[in-house]
Amino acid sequence: MSDLILVGGIVLTARGLEETDLRIRDGLIVEIGPGLEGGATIDCSGAWVGPGLVDLHAHFREPGQEWKEDIESGSRTAAAGGYTAVFAMPNTDPATDSGHVARFVANRGAEVGLVEVRPVGAITKRRAGKELAHLDELWAVGVRVFSDDGDVVADAGLLRQAMDYLAARGGVISQHAVDVGLSSGGFMHEGSVSSLLGMQGIPSAADDVILVRDLRLVEMTGARYHVQHLSTATGVRLIAAAKAKGLPVTAEVTPHHLAFDHTAVETTDPAFKMMPPLRSEEDRDALRRGLEDGTVDIVGTDHAPHAAHEKEVPWEHAPNGVLGLEWAAAVVNTFTDLDQAAFYDRLSAAPARIGQIDGQGMLPAEGGPANLAVFNPAVEWTPSATVSKSENSPYFDLPLRGRVTATIYRGRVTARDGVPAD
Amino acid sequence: MNHFLTIEGLTADDLNGLLDDADEFVEVLHRPIPKVPALRGKTVATMFFEPSTRTKMSFEKAAKALSADTMSFSPGPSSLSKGESLKDTVLTVKAMGTDAMVVRHKATGAPWRIAEWIEQPVLNGGDGAHQHPTQALLDALTIRQHFGTLEGLNIGIVGDIRHSRVARSDIQAFSTLGADVTMVAPRTLLPVDTEGFAAVASENLDEVLGDFDVVYVLRVQAERGGASVFPSLSEYTDRYGITKERFARFKDEAIVLHPGPMNRGVEIEGAVADDPRALILDQVFNGVAVRMAVLFRLLGGESNE
Repeated sequence: MSDLILVGGIVLTARGLEETDLRIRDGLIVEIGPGLEGGATIDCSGAWVGPGLVDLHAHFREPGQEWKEDIESGSRTAAAGGYTAVFAMPNTDPATDSGHVARFVANRGAEVGLVEVRPVGAITKRRAGKELAHLDELWAVGVRVFSDDGDVVADAGLLRQAMDYLAARGGVISQHAVDVGLSSGGFMHEGSVSSLLGMQGIPSAADDVILVRDLRLVEMTGARYHVQHLSTATGVRLIAAAKAKGLPVTAEVTPHHLAFDHTAVETTDPAFKMMPPLRSEEDRDALRRGLEDGTVDIVGTDHAPHAAHEKEVPWEHAPNGVLGLEWAAAVVNTFTDLDQAAFYDRLSAAPARIGQIDGQGMLPAEGGPANLAVFNPAVEWTPSATVSKSENSPYFDLPLRGRVTATIYRGRVTARDGVPAD
Repeated sequence: MNHFLTIEGLTADDLNGLLDDADEFVEVLHRPIPKVPALRGKTVATMFFEPSTRTKMSFEKAAKALSADTMSFSPGPSSLSKGESLKDTVLTVKAMGTDAMVVRHKATGAPWRIAEWIEQPVLNGGDGAHQHPTQALLDALTIRQHFGTLEGLNIGIVGDIRHSRVARSDIQAFSTLGADVTMVAPRTLLPVDTEGFAAVASENLDEVLGDFDVVYVLRVQAERGGASVFPSLSEYTDRYGITKERFARFKDEAIVLHPGPMNRGVEIEGAVADDPRALILDQVFNGVAVRMAVLFRLLGGESNE
């Protein structure tokens, strides 16, 4: 195979930003410097070149719900969005609560070969919150991130056991921090919009009380703790305080919590229904600032495909979740003020570090792996279609700035301008 | 006007225009033959996915008084229980041929979804605890008939405002028409956030009841068993029930309204409900007239081939 040369991009290296070329051969970056010749080229002028994006939070629905998405369609969608690694959440059917399911997910991802698919292991058996899953088996097949995502681990005693077990090994608990009682019966953020719509709300405190409890358990056990899809201003303050104390905690925000607030729900269009719900303008602004100043470590898409017939129903009947992989980078660039270094940190380096995944999230370097995302921050566009099997996007018709123009995984071009390679 | 989904966004002129039309239909309904041929050849489908007696019958009566044909869907042993989706049910009825759909659904926004799926006018007959716009029109009409205007009136809405689509539509309509609205309820039955409500809130009925020209009594939704928001019905009646004793302390000219169905002895004492100043049956009658006005507005403009 001939060399691939990325020409004229603004490359983020350990030395800083350089407008230069990059030569890729056999899955590696072999040369960085100006005026490279002799190979297929991709014009990167005006575009940022940095490590391929890493999503610590996506739902690929396989095994069990392949009508929504599968590992192949999810991988294609991820590649289109600039991703070279994706952590697949364990709320599959069967749940990813044992070694063989985790191995299946990883192997199927490798077969498809468009992104590295890393299974997240369930904390409890069948994600039922009653007893610990086969954490030993999961660990043995390489799982490092554990979550009952979709559900909180409500039992603090059980969570403490999982934390004790994983603290000794260095694994990460990734918590869907929403209190069951406070969120029960609710359909959206509790506030001015829910009051006018007459819908039962989910107060911000539903998220905050779990976070407060969990941070206390982190103090007690020393386990690494990652809070998923932070949605409240109070949550940002709690994380900042925990970090100031030196606790091993990290936080995630979704693209939709950066782009929207609860006023988007006024239309009762189920494209805006997810958990946790879109919250107030103040919350949204706190999340943007938190991501900018690093209190919030990463963007996790919570890419959650649902078939059209499942979302074409009244709000209360629709399942939670929205697509995100294809637009996360553009949303971050549109709604926050991250420079190139911070952009690749929040979307690539930090999630790779939290997920303990080798060969990802690394700044381009000669001899390093050619997992790269090329992002043109100036392109203005409006999403109108998706590569996913499902279509539940809240971003259709939303003008965005910046677009992933090329994704390179292990030296191979996996997507150009939002179109995945065959 | 393509659909009639909400009071929100309508101006005082919009509302008064509809009420003026309704006044004319009140006159029609008082004729010996209370029927006009305005919508002959049109079909109105009533799609009540949640049980209803008065609103459904009222819409059917209104459609028939305009000479439209009606057909109706009701849940229970229907296609829905066989797993058919709401969208397929709606498209099926549309395929039979209907010129408008009146929709009631317990899910918020359901009429808006349906309006995305069909091009015919959709009328909101009540969605969740969100909107019930024809109820607001009939309430406003009843008040306007009695006082001549809503401008400057003090209207108290008493009861479960948090879970009431009637209250949400009424507050928007009454305030747009110039009335001052007070929501009276215990904290657990007030909206969590009253910021967007064009009304003030009070938790003490006895303190404010002497101010009102209109006391609008909401139904205690006793069937909402799971969301038990006050310890007992008798506590509610003690603090918020419209008893004879409280009625005696109303302004002399104050009127009492209730959207029905009533729980006599709970939110309203029987003697108050039967008093001449309780205009509850006038509301029911006016409901037919305002629904005629809305149907005529949506369907009457088209040519009658």
